[in-house]
Amino acid sequence: MNLLSQEVPISWYLLLSAVLFSLGVVGFLIKRNLITVFMSIELMLNAVNLSFVTFAHQWHAVKGQIFVFFVMMVAAAEAAVGLAIIIAVFRARATLAVDRIDLMKL
Amino acid sequence: MHLILFIVFTGFCLAGAINLLLQSHPISSALSLIVVMVSLAVLYLLLGAEFLAAAQVIVYAGAIMVLFTFVVMLLNAGREERTLGSHVARAVGFPAVVVILSVIATVIVQAQGLGAAKLTDAITSTEDLSRVLFTELLLPFEVTSVLVLIAILGAVALASHGGGNPQGNRERTAGK
Amino acid sequence: MTGYFHLWLIPLAPFAGFLINGILGRRLPKWIVTTVALLTPLAAFSVVLVATAGFFGLGAGNVPAVGPMPFIETCPLAWIDIGALHVDFSFVLDQLSLVMLLVVTGVGFLIHIYSVGYISDEEGYARYFSFLNLFLFFMTVLVLAGNALVMFVGWEGVGLASYLLIGFYFKKTSAADAGKKAFIVNRIGDFGFLIGMFLLLANFGTLTFSAIGQKLIANPGWQGGVLTVIALCLLLGATGKSAQLPLYIWLPDAMEGPTPVSALIHAATMVTAGVYMIARTHVLFDHSPFALSVVATVGAATALFAATIGVVQHDIKRVLAYSTISQLGYMFLGCGVAAYSAAIFHLVTHAFFKALLFLAAGSVIHAMGGEQDLRKLGGLWKKLPLTFAVTTIGVLAIAGIFPFAGFFSKDAILYAAYTQGANGRVLWFVGLVTALLTSFYMFRLWYKTFLGESRSPEVHPHKSPWSMLVPMVILALLSICGGWIGLGENLGRFGAFLAPAVGARATTASGDAHLELYLSIAAVAVALLGWLVADRFYRQRPGRAAQMAAANPGSYELVLNKYYVDEFYGATVVRPLLGISKYLLGWFVDTALLGGGAWLLGGTATFAGALLQRWQSGNLRSYAAWLAAGTAAVLLFVVVPWATVWPASLNLIWKMAGH
Repeated sequence: MNLLSQEVPISWYLLLSAVLFSLGVVGFLIKRNLITVFMSIELMLNAVNLSFVTFAHQWHAVKGQIFVFFVMMVAAAEAAVGLAIIIAVFRARATLAVDRIDLMKL
Repeated sequence: MHLILFIVFTGFCLAGAINLLLQSHPISSALSLIVVMVSLAVLYLLLGAEFLAAAQVIVYAGAIMVLFTFVVMLLNAGREERTLGSHVARAVGFPAVVVILSVIATVIVQAQGLGAAKLTDAITSTEDLSRVLFTELLLPFEVTSVLVLIAILGAVALASHGGGNPQGNRERTAGK
Repeated sequence: MTGYFHLWLIPLAPFAGFLINGILGRRLPKWIVTTVALLTPLAAFSVVLVATAGFFGLGAGNVPAVGPMPFIETCPLAWIDIGALHVDFSFVLDQLSLVMLLVVTGVGFLIHIYSVGYISDEEGYARYFSFLNLFLFFMTVLVLAGNALVMFVGWEGVGLASYLLIGFYFKKTSAADAGKKAFIVNRIGDFGFLIGMFLLLANFGTLTFSAIGQKLIANPGWQGGVLTVIALCLLLGATGKSAQLPLYIWLPDAMEGPTPVSALIHAATMVTAGVYMIARTHVLFDHSPFALSVVATVGAATALFAATIGVVQHDIKRVLAYSTISQLGYMFLGCGVAAYSAAIFHLVTHAFFKALLFLAAGSVIHAMGGEQDLRKLGGLWKKLPLTFAVTTIGVLAIAGIFPFAGFFSKDAILYAAYTQGANGRVLWFVGLVTALLTSFYMFRLWYKTFLGESRSPEVHPHKSPWSMLVPMVILALLSICGGWIGLGENLGRFGAFLAPAVGARATTASGDAHLELYLSIAAVAVALLGWLVADRFYRQRPGRAAQMAAANPGSYELVLNKYYVDEFYGATVVRPLLGISKYLLGWFVDTALLGGGAWLLGGTATFAGALLQRWQSGNLRSYAAWLAAGTAAVLLFVVVPWATVWPASLNLIWKMAGH
């Protein structure tokens, strides 16, 4: 493929989106700080946004981009509430380590 | 041109994401995530979504990530500790991730009818976007704004007094 | 025919008495209890008398003179009506059941009167009469039954009533044990009855006696085979109820009950149910010569066996019990040689004199304050003259001395046995020897109880009240003249009366009136011989018996201990059964299998729960891992080429559902 070509296959964007998503899941699994875990969730959301925009470009559908817009808004709201919860948890347990916040068990 | 830009910013994306995983201090992870957000904005621009690119930078990188950084600094979150760990997470989670990635990748690679992206003039303008947003999808728009309002209220309520104020709790239990 | 006679009243009256006395008895004053208890059997007896009058064309007023028998009364609601099986609540009144009913309700009523005097001082007065009425209810159901299932209801019910009454003095362990023993041994017999019923149902498709009889009469060539099996099963039931070998062991123990109970149930009525049942199903037995010979052998063997034991017993009631077993053996012998009318005739006369003897023994026991041991009685002929007189009549009757009742009935059976063939001679001889022994031990009882000097001079016997004496007198009169209906050939009027129900016995050597005379003389001679021997042993030389016993200690001990049959059964049947219950069923099945199974189930649930509980660790990361795993699974399931199998299988199911 000519490096100066004007085209990039759509599937590459989608692959990037998939890789970002998996990296987000991995982060969710291996990180020990609650805030970092939350950040991995944001990464996942962004990966999904990318794939939406890609398909919007592919099919010339504006609604795809509008959906991304809505995702962003909800992510903002979720981030606000989630971080408030993290602050509350920190106040109660004085720790941000994921493994130590395990009161909801049988 | 498109290709070069794509490769460069994909590299930034992946580097930022992997750095997020590898860093032990949350502030470093946050900054890496900002890098990811911005490069994603560029990619949106390459795909012709100019409004979204702007929104990505303003909302995500400019508001959400700032919020994250504020909270990290507020809570004085230090380096991650070596905690108990979870064998299950590793034994069950990693294969799951591998499976997810491989399935999606296979589907993508084998998909027919996917074209190519070009840098064209077919950029979705803000006007097109808002035309659809404020006519057909007005209801979801309004509902989402209500949702944001609720989130604000909830965040204020949670972070100020409600939900686990240790001094408040101690006062209450001592009074019994 | 519609319910002219209201046969259902016959069982129902005693049942009402049972309910009233059973539920309210303890709170009612004694005279009400007595009235209810006496009125109900009297009501039943009156209905029977009305029916009898009807049959002899003596109908007066609205009682029609019903000529042809049998008279069937069926409840309009069928009892069981499933597919091919149809069973009704039906009562049948024919000659056989009429005779039985007269005995059951008549003698039953007399014994009720007697009981008023006997039980008057005991606690549980109302309970006694309610149980006695209950017994009468079940016995009348048994007699009136038109099919085997209704008869089985009565069969089981009299066993229950017997259990309740034997264990009347329930605070005595021996009485309670005796009640249990009676019921359990009866149940073993009932098992045979049940198998017989199942086979009847399988082969005839119906349980109604008349239908079975008609089917058998229509096929005279159908002999032996399955009919023998059915007959033997029914015989097993009869041996249980009528205390024959090998299931007689409960009857001597049943003497723990009050004496009127022994008189009614274990002499006159319940134990005769087996004989009645065989007479009722006689067509079946007629078609199976092998079964008939088994019946005769069992009867003769039991008669001799029990008579030998009765010779040495010390308890007055035990002697009478073994005598009952022996006389029932005679009845079985009569059935076994197809002389059913003779057997029924002996049943009737035996009811009279055996009930009389039991009531007299009760009078003695009552007078002597509970003393039952022969060795402590004696010289009572002066103190209890009326009892002495009636006992004498009873003993003469049972010994078979002309012209008392027992002579005619025993003679009929012996004659029938003799004329039956080669085997018949043997049976006749056994019967003759048994008659000798019977006479001997009854007179022994008579001598030891009434004659000589009193062996317990310190006890002053008090006379029995009139309520106890009047029934005895009536029974004594019946013992004298009850046999006279059997005068003449083929039992005269009695045999002719019963013939439509039980078949006339084709007397082969019928014309030989001389043979009959010779056999009668032989029987009487043997009875007198027995009296003579008893006289020598117990009056002339009182110590002679004890000397003989001491001289043959081995055989004496053997006979005194009833040939150790109870011990034998205990060792071979009871103990292994208890051992199996305790070890196999109790330990192995109950504890190990069932308990272990329950423990296993519970343990599995607990274990699974404990396993699953560890899943809810509260650890965020493991939850996340499982979330990811779930996502992966869904993706695999939906996307991967198994996806081509998945819709293909759905398609297949859709096609199979018929689209």
